[in-house]
Amino acid sequence: MSSSEFLSQFLFTLITFALLLTLVGAVKRILLWSQGQSSTIHWLGLLQIPRRYLVDLHHVVARDKYMSNTHVATAGGFVLSAILIILLYVFQLKLQILTWTLLGSSLLMFVGSLFVMRRRRNPPPNLSLGKWQRLPKSLMVFSLSFFILTLPATGILPSDTGGWLLAVLLVVGIIWGIGEMFFGMTWGGPMKHAFAGALHLGLHRRQERFGDGQSTGLKAIDLNAKKLGVEKPIDFKWNQLLSFDACVECGRCEKNCPAFAAGQPLNPKKLIQDMVIGMAGGDDAKFAGSPYPGIEVGTHKGGAIIPIVNVLVENETLWSCTTCRACVDACPMMIEHVDAIVDMRRFETMEKGQTPGKGSEILENLSATDNPNGYAPSTRMNWAADQNLTVFGQNVEKQEVTQADVLLWIGDAAFDMRNQRTLRAIIKLLRAAEVNFAVLGDAEFDSGDLARRLGDEATFQRLATSNIRTMNKYQFKTIVTADPHAFHCLKNEYVEFGGHYNVLHHTGFFADLVSQNKLQLDNSKELALTYHDPCYLGRYNGEYDAPRFLLESMGVKIKEMDRSKSTARCCGGGGGAPVTDIPGEQRIPDMRMADVVETNAEIVAVACPQCNLMLEGVVEPRPEVKDIAELMLDALIEGVVENTGEGVVANAVGGEV
Amino acid sequence: MTNDNLSVISLVSIGEHPTSRRPRRAEQDARAIELGIKLVGENLQTLHAGELPDDANQQTALRSYLGMGLAEMNLLEMPAQADAVLVIAEHLKQQNPDVILTGVRAESGESSGMLPYLLAEHLGMAMVTSIADILSVDEANQQAEVLQALPRGQRRKLIVDLPFVASVDMAAAMPRQSAFGPAMRGLLDTAVAGDFADEEASTWQTSNAKKRPKRLKIIKAKTAADRFKAATAKASGGGGKVVHGVEESAQAILDLLVEEGLV
Ligand code: SF4
Ligand code: SF4
Repeated sequence: MSSSEFLSQFLFTLITFALLLTLVGAVKRILLWSQGQSSTIHWLGLLQIPRRYLVDLHHVVARDKYMSNTHVATAGGFVLSAILIILLYVFQLKLQILTWTLLGSSLLMFVGSLFVMRRRRNPPPNLSLGKWQRLPKSLMVFSLSFFILTLPATGILPSDTGGWLLAVLLVVGIIWGIGEMFFGMTWGGPMKHAFAGALHLGLHRRQERFGDGQSTGLKAIDLNAKKLGVEKPIDFKWNQLLSFDACVECGRCEKNCPAFAAGQPLNPKKLIQDMVIGMAGGDDAKFAGSPYPGIEVGTHKGGAIIPIVNVLVENETLWSCTTCRACVDACPMMIEHVDAIVDMRRFETMEKGQTPGKGSEILENLSATDNPNGYAPSTRMNWAADQNLTVFGQNVEKQEVTQADVLLWIGDAAFDMRNQRTLRAIIKLLRAAEVNFAVLGDAEFDSGDLARRLGDEATFQRLATSNIRTMNKYQFKTIVTADPHAFHCLKNEYVEFGGHYNVLHHTGFFADLVSQNKLQLDNSKELALTYHDPCYLGRYNGEYDAPRFLLESMGVKIKEMDRSKSTARCCGGGGGAPVTDIPGEQRIPDMRMADVVETNAEIVAVACPQCNLMLEGVVEPRPEVKDIAELMLDALIEGVVENTGEGVVANAVGGEV
Repeated sequence: MTNDNLSVISLVSIGEHPTSRRPRRAEQDARAIELGIKLVGENLQTLHAGELPDDANQQTALRSYLGMGLAEMNLLEMPAQADAVLVIAEHLKQQNPDVILTGVRAESGESSGMLPYLLAEHLGMAMVTSIADILSVDEANQQAEVLQALPRGQRRKLIVDLPFVASVDMAAAMPRQSAFGPAMRGLLDTAVAGDFADEEASTWQTSNAKKRPKRLKIIKAKTAADRFKAATAKASGGGGKVVHGVEESAQAILDLLVEEGLV
């Protein structure tokens, strides 16, 4: 028997055997996922996998051009090679065209693997080491082995080149390559991401995310369930378990996470890996990436039916998250970290009653007074005592107000002196543009954003349904609000409870008014200004343009921060993070203010009451913090506006509330 | 502390939020439960006497005690005008508890703060007011070491014979968070209580409370530290003295009236 005949027979046996093992591994992995709770299976999504991989996934990967080209070469080369190898060596379809194509595809893969190798020479800290350092070598061995193996078959080299020595080398290389690329795919090697990732893309829990769609609202849970939230890995939905397995440990989430950067004990990448450990059972000793700041790797273990919190993951890790969604947005595998975090928070809050920090007090206040700070509900409108607002349900000239063009949603800024200034500015602008608007007055409750993100789904649902009931009594075309958190809840999260509204953030609404010339802004002022994107306006709702359009209409050339738009760093104010107040090495708002200072801006424009408070809380000297509405009021070309004496504002703000 | 054989019953009422006036978990009652859980863990019994609330908010308020981790709560159903003291006393007589915990006063209703006293009287037990903690219970000697809260953060340690009634002060440990799940799933064990009419209350006349005139505090403080002290100091005793004899008493009263410029 010549060495080439031997190789051909050997390959048949090896590959068939490897494929069988891969299949067994796949079944085992699927069984792991199926431990999760039931959730709709989107079968049709499976047909979309190639498209989602090529378009949606690569859309994210392409934010790093180097990596996206590398991935196209390596993954494309591999998929093609794998198919050809099976055709050639298992089904023994000895067609020349296949051989030639395999030669090309393995070469392509080899080139890709060189680039992977290069990136791995000095890996940035967000990449995992360990088995991931082995991967480029495996890719190289796999592609090179098949390239060399194919050369004689194409006739470029005479058959039996290299004799038995080469044959033995090839056998070793192929066993290594096939072991990593086929067997490893379903037995927990780094290639697992390809197998789980493909299925995850197809069966994703949020199908709406693909094709440039959006799906950012948290999903409601049934409050009558036997267990509320996630205690153990098996309490996740099966497709969430699958999604965890898709992680490639690229660390893009970690790189963007404000809590991680601030030295709080959270690293979204490790969190996802810990979920994998929980699902499959084991400890975190082999995790080869950055730890949760301040928590040593190798000290925690978990299992599918072992509670997660304080066994596998410390509770402080969960409560450090600001729900800013930077991780989700950056994740090429479209993993939903925030969903997982909130699911676990729900159990902590609703089953264990262990919301840290001021959480318990805030939630009790929300229950008793419908606002987080426990102010008397009858004082909600005190701030507007001098504003003469039209209130839905009140009698004006013996007629009950039941309709208006715009419902102005006030939010909890009503109780906060700083943000009342923004509200006053908005009201002046609305009046300047002669918008017909009304407010809900004392009948407006907190939107439920904070409660929901603190894991108190019960309070959220109560607030949401109450607000919906109230709003259903009146007719209006649009809801306008200055609070992106309320905006997000009303727009995306009330839908599940029957509240379908046309909701606009004040910047979106005013942008329309300005472009229709209903508001005229002075564009001669020269302001050294930068704009901070609120997470709940930007990443949650894709609104990056309206605020910028408004600022530009005032003649401002925005000095953009490095991290702006979809990669903007959170101010630290979301997700109840200021409430739970998990200590770190730095404060997130300080870091964001440092981003601002870097641009040499003297003003940072914001579009959210929470950002306003967080950034103003940074010690002086620092750039001034102003809401876009306030800036607009400064730039408003008067004449159309009645009664904009600055004195009114000053009095009202300084006066008793 | 392991007090496996100790029987502790905590009485709870439906509270009222001071600004929204909505039903809620009463602050002192919740502290009493927290203290009870510390003493005997899940062996703590909880008792509420009142009308079976049909209002959802009231039920939620009552259930929020269950949300602190109690499996069940005993509910003595009684008409609104019945005398809760008699109803509860009747029930407790059969239970022979070692320690009965209450709040200092209810947040709604009569809110007289009399319940623990009357209960102790009916049951022939000792009554300790405004406690901050129960440090230990010595079951062999039937005694407990109790920390009583006094103004300005002062504490007094008392040794009390079992059984006793204690009202729990705001100075006691903060109650744990109430969790929605256990609150919804906890059992309300309802029993119809005997009908004890409150004969006294029926003879009362009620009228709305009037704001009483308040003496203005005139503070002649020069420094911020003084102002801070004045603002935080609670009225301390010490000004008073015990006067014996009719003549002296009358003189003391007259002196005060003159001092205040009232005569
Ligand atoms: S949502 Fe934001 S804070 Fe939370 S893990 Fe993701 S990046 Fe970090
Ligand atoms: S979760 Fe996503 S972004 Fe984070 S390491 Fe895994 S694949 Fe990368």
